[in-house]
Amino acid sequence: MLKQVEGSAAVAEAVALCRPEVICAYPISPQTHIVEGLGRMVDAGKLTPCEFINVESEFAAMSVAIGASAAGARAYTATASQGLLFMAEAVYNAAGLGLPIVMTVANRAIGAPINIWNDHTDALSQRDCGWIQLFAEDNQEALDLHIQAFRLGEELSLPVMVCMDGFILTHAYERVDMPTQEQVDAYLPRYEPRQVLDPAEPVSIGAMVGPEAFMEVRYLAHAKQRQALELMPSWADEFRNIFGRESGGLTHHYRLDDAETVVVALGSVLGTIKDTVDEMREQGVKIGVLGITCFRPWPAATVRSALAGAKRIVVLEKSLAVGMGGIVSNNVTSSFAGSPDLVHTVVAGLGGRAITRSSLHKVFAQAVSGKLDALTFLDLDYAKVERVLAREREQRRSGPIAEAILREVGVVAAKIG
Amino acid sequence: MTYQPVRFYQTGTFTVGNRLLPDEQRSVQANMRRTNSLNSGHRACQGCGEALGARYAIDAAMEATHRQLVAANATGCLEVFSTPYPETSWQIPWIHSLFGNTAAVGTGIAAALRVKGRHDVRVVAQGGDGGTTDIGFGCLSGMFERNDDVLYICYDNGGYMNTGVQRSSATPPGARTNTSMPVGDSTGARFGQGKYLPAIAMAHEIPYVATATVAELRDLEAKVRRAMEFRGARYIQILVPCPLGWGHPSADTIRMARLASETGLFPVFEAEHGAVTNVSKIKHKLPVEEYLRRQQRFAHLFKTPQRTDIIERIQQLADRNIRRYRLLDNVERRA
Repeated sequence: MLKQVEGSAAVAEAVALCRPEVICAYPISPQTHIVEGLGRMVDAGKLTPCEFINVESEFAAMSVAIGASAAGARAYTATASQGLLFMAEAVYNAAGLGLPIVMTVANRAIGAPINIWNDHTDALSQRDCGWIQLFAEDNQEALDLHIQAFRLGEELSLPVMVCMDGFILTHAYERVDMPTQEQVDAYLPRYEPRQVLDPAEPVSIGAMVGPEAFMEVRYLAHAKQRQALELMPSWADEFRNIFGRESGGLTHHYRLDDAETVVVALGSVLGTIKDTVDEMREQGVKIGVLGITCFRPWPAATVRSALAGAKRIVVLEKSLAVGMGGIVSNNVTSSFAGSPDLVHTVVAGLGGRAITRSSLHKVFAQAVSGKLDALTFLDLDYAKVERVLAREREQRRSGPIAEAILREVGVVAAKIG
Repeated sequence: MTYQPVRFYQTGTFTVGNRLLPDEQRSVQANMRRTNSLNSGHRACQGCGEALGARYAIDAAMEATHRQLVAANATGCLEVFSTPYPETSWQIPWIHSLFGNTAAVGTGIAAALRVKGRHDVRVVAQGGDGGTTDIGFGCLSGMFERNDDVLYICYDNGGYMNTGVQRSSATPPGARTNTSMPVGDSTGARFGQGKYLPAIAMAHEIPYVATATVAELRDLEAKVRRAMEFRGARYIQILVPCPLGWGHPSADTIRMARLASETGLFPVFEAEHGAVTNVSKIKHKLPVEEYLRRQQRFAHLFKTPQRTDIIERIQQLADRNIRRYRLLDNVERRA
C-alpha cells in the first residue's frame, strides 16, 4: 500500500511486520522515532506477542537483545552515534556469539564536538565487528532492507545492521510502498535458531576459547559473511516476486556501462549524486555511479567488475579515517584492478554539512579533468582552519578547539547549508 | 539438683549432618537426584568459596524450578574456571556474554521466555563482586528498576580475583589488594569508599534481597528457594572467601565465612520489598581481630607496630552492622 510517511514510521511499521518478539528501546536522536513508533504499536496491542523493554543504556539495549536472541526470540533494537559506541562491546559480542539481532543505525556523527546530524562515522567505526552492514538509499529501501535483514541474519546466524541516514531519511516524509503482513510472512519464515538456551537441551554458549581454536572460530565468522555475498543476489528474485520491486542487493549501478568516471558512495547522498551525474551526462561527460548497499561483507568481486572500465574513481564518503583519509575509499581501492592513484577520496557532509549539487558538480568536473587531489574535503573552509592553527602556534592556552572554530565561523546557531 | 547447661555450637543449625534430619529438611546436596548443575572437573582453586556457593545456589534453584532454569554468567573466575573451551561444567542452559552486562542478558532471556509463554522457565544471572558492584552496576540497577523476573546472585569475594586480586568497590577497608597496597602510611583499601550492594538493592524496593555465606549452606539453599517463590527482580549476595586473594589456607574457607558473619562484618539477612524481614543472629560474637588475623590481606595490620587504630575502625564497622541489622539479641538499636 502506498503511503506518505516519515522514514522512521515506515521502518517501525516494517519492523512490526517482521513480528519481532523482543524490542529494546533507548532514546538517541535521530533514531528515537522508530522505537517510539514500535512502542505505541506494542502498547496498543497491535504488535503481539512482543516484549517492549525500556532499557537504561544502549549497552543494556544490545545486552538484552543478546539474552533474548540466545533464548530463541527475534530481537530488534535501534541506535545511532554515541549509542552505537556505548554498546560497542556488546555489538562485537552479538556477532561473536552468532546471534541474528537486527538493529537500525540512524547514522549520525560522533563527538566530540557533540553533533546530532548525519554522517557515517558511527556505523563505519563498527565495520569490523562481524555484523552485516546494509546502507539504505531512500526510505523505501530502508523499509525493505529491514525485512531482508531478518531473513538474512537468521539464515546465517549473524546480526544485521541496517544503516539509514539520520534526519535525511529518518525524518523525511516520503512515499513508500508498505507491504502487507501476508507478503512479509511469505518472505520471512519463523525464526528457527541454531542455538538456544533451553532446559530440555542444555548448552553452554560463550565459552572461553584459547589460541588453539580462536583463529578457526574467527574464520567461521568470515566464511559466513562471505556466504551472505552469495545469498543476497540469489534472493533478489524472490523478493521481487513477492513484493513486486527491486530492493537491496549488494550494489546499485547507475549509468555505469560506458562510464569513464565512476562515483562510489553509500546511503542517501546517492540521490544527489545521480542528479549531478544526469546533468553532467547531458553535457556529454561519461560518468556513472556505483552505490554500495552491502558494506559488510564487502562485495569485492562485484565492485571490481563494476569498476573494470573506469579510468578514474571518486569515492564520496561521509566518513574520515583521521590521520589517513577515506574509509570507504580504502575498501574500494582494495577492489580496483587499476592503479590506486586513480582512486580519489572526497570526504563530504561530516556532521550534517549539506552536500549540494553545485559542490558535487565542481568536484566531479575536477576529477574528469584530472585536477582532483587524492584526498579532498568538500567545501572545507581552509582559511578558518589556518587561522585557528596559527593562533595555536602563537598561544599555548589557545582554548577549546571547537569553540575556536565556531568563533571563526561567527554563527550563533547551527547552520546546515 | 543443679546442672550445668551444655552449649553446643551447632545447636539450631543444620551442620550436624543430614542423618539427624527428616527428609524434607535435608539439603539439596544430600539428595541423590541433585542436578550437579556445576559439575566436577572445573578449574577452580582448592578451597574456592565461589565454586561451592555456585554449586549450592544453582542446584537449589534447579530444585525450586523443577529443573526449568537458564543462567547468564558474567566474565570472571566462575566463568573462566567452569568453561574452558570445549569443556563445560554446566549441566544447565548457560550463557556468558560480557563482564558488565549479565543482568541485562538475564532481562533479555526472561523477556524471550515470557513472549514464548514459557512461564515455567526461570532465569538466574550471576557474577562476582567486580562484575556486580562495579562494571555491571548500571545494568543491574536497570534490571532492578524494571523489576525484571531475574534472580541475580553476586558471589562476593571482595575483589577482582580472576585478574590477580585487585580492589573492587566490595573490597573491605584495610584489605591489601594489588591495587590497594599497604605501603608507607597507607592502610590498604581505604575507609569511606566502597558500596554495600544489598542496601542499594533494597533501596530499589525489589521483591526480595538476601545475603548468605558458604558457612551456612542450608541457609543459602533456603534463600534461593525463597527467592524463587517471587516473580520480579531478586538479589542474593553470597560471601565466598577466596584463599588466593584473602591469603588463608584453603581448608579455612568455611571458617572465614563463619567468622565474617560472627564478627558482624558480613550481616546475614533477608529483606522483602525494601524492608528487612529476617536476620541471622550472631551466636558467639567475636572481635574482628579473630577474622582479620587469619588472612594475609590484613597481615600488615598486625606487624610491629600493630595498627590497633585500623583494627579499631574495622571493629566499629562491625559494631555498626550489629546495631543496624540487630545481629545480636538484646542489643539496643542506636540512632
